Amino acid sequence: MTVFLQAMESIGSWAIPAVVLFIPLWGLIKGIKVYEVFIEGAKKGLAATLRITPYLIAMLVSIRVFNAAGGLDILTEALAPISKRLAIPQAVIPMFLIRPLSGSGALAMLGDILKTQGPDTLAGFMASVVQGSTETTLYVLTVYFGAVNVFRVRRSLTIGLWADLVGFVAAVCACSWFFKG
Amino acid sequence: MLAATANKGAEVTAAVLAASQDGITLVIGLAGLMAFWAGLMEIAEASGLTKVLAGLLRPITSRLFPDIPPDHEAMGAIILSMAANILGIGNAATPLGIRAMEKLEELNNNPGTATDSMCTFVAITTSSLTIIPVTVIGMRLAAGSAAPADIIPPTLIATGASTLAAVIIDLMWRKLGQHSGGQE
Repeated sequence: MTVFLQAMESIGSWAIPAVVLFIPLWGLIKGIKVYEVFIEGAKKGLAATLRITPYLIAMLVSIRVFNAAGGLDILTEALAPISKRLAIPQAVIPMFLIRPLSGSGALAMLGDILKTQGPDTLAGFMASVVQGSTETTLYVLTVYFGAVNVFRVRRSLTIGLWADLVGFVAAVCACSWFFKG
Repeated sequence: MLAATANKGAEVTAAVLAASQDGITLVIGLAGLMAFWAGLMEIAEASGLTKVLAGLLRPITSRLFPDIPPDHEAMGAIILSMAANILGIGNAATPLGIRAMEKLEELNNNPGTATDSMCTFVAITTSSLTIIPVTVIGMRLAAGSAAPADIIPPTLIATGASTLAAVIIDLMWRKLGQHSGGQE
């Protein structure tokens, strides 16, 4: 197991050095003024960071206030009858709700579920799959569209949330199928 | 309103302060990476590397993004961003994704409104492309799991289902929009 994890990690850790070496080298071969061009790009990168900051803060504050005011608890309670009918462990329900909204929030919740329910229970298994199989939809939308100052995102939010829902349903089905408790 | 009914004024106050600060911390953490990857991408674009990449995957990408000219830099930026997501190089994915959005914005005749290609690109990105959830497996290992990697098959199924759903809904939406002749 640890061997496999180490192998995955080393692919991850060598991918970046490979790219970081290859791109400037290719640039040199093609006769590009590598340093000057890099600086030009880095300036644009910093400008983009500044552009997304207001959007990011607005989103983070809204989500945190919603959670602090008990929004998540109310939604979790409302969904309790459905989770019972579908045999989804109660502890996983808030995970579905927070995953599209907050990446760090979902990660913290997964840590909590792994600790209180155990990693090899259905709840721990399902929460792990939910965390691993979807992105933080709202973060991606905020940052990507914020960078180009696009406010009218058209179908993006709808598709993002529908794709999350499909992913969740698939996760629940696949977990029930694969789980060996 | 929710706060008033639940009588949670203190919690909300704390949340506002903490979230604003976290926002800045997040952006500071991102700023260096953004500068670095944008600099590298500038070299990749100036040297024609992104065009080479775009050419390699043209059969797939031209179908997903019909309104991007085949050798436009946006195509290469999109491919690199997706590659970073698939390989799980999370800290490169956001800067590369933003770079791709900036290139897509160059093709936008209607600033402030998302183009079809932006919608498709964002839809695919939000559906997640990760193949091996390294972070989650590590957390399970740390929590004492007997089989931390058992989550890989169901994770792949869930990721595949959500990405497929995103692509299909996006394509249908595009087709329907064309028939009604409207923007959406």
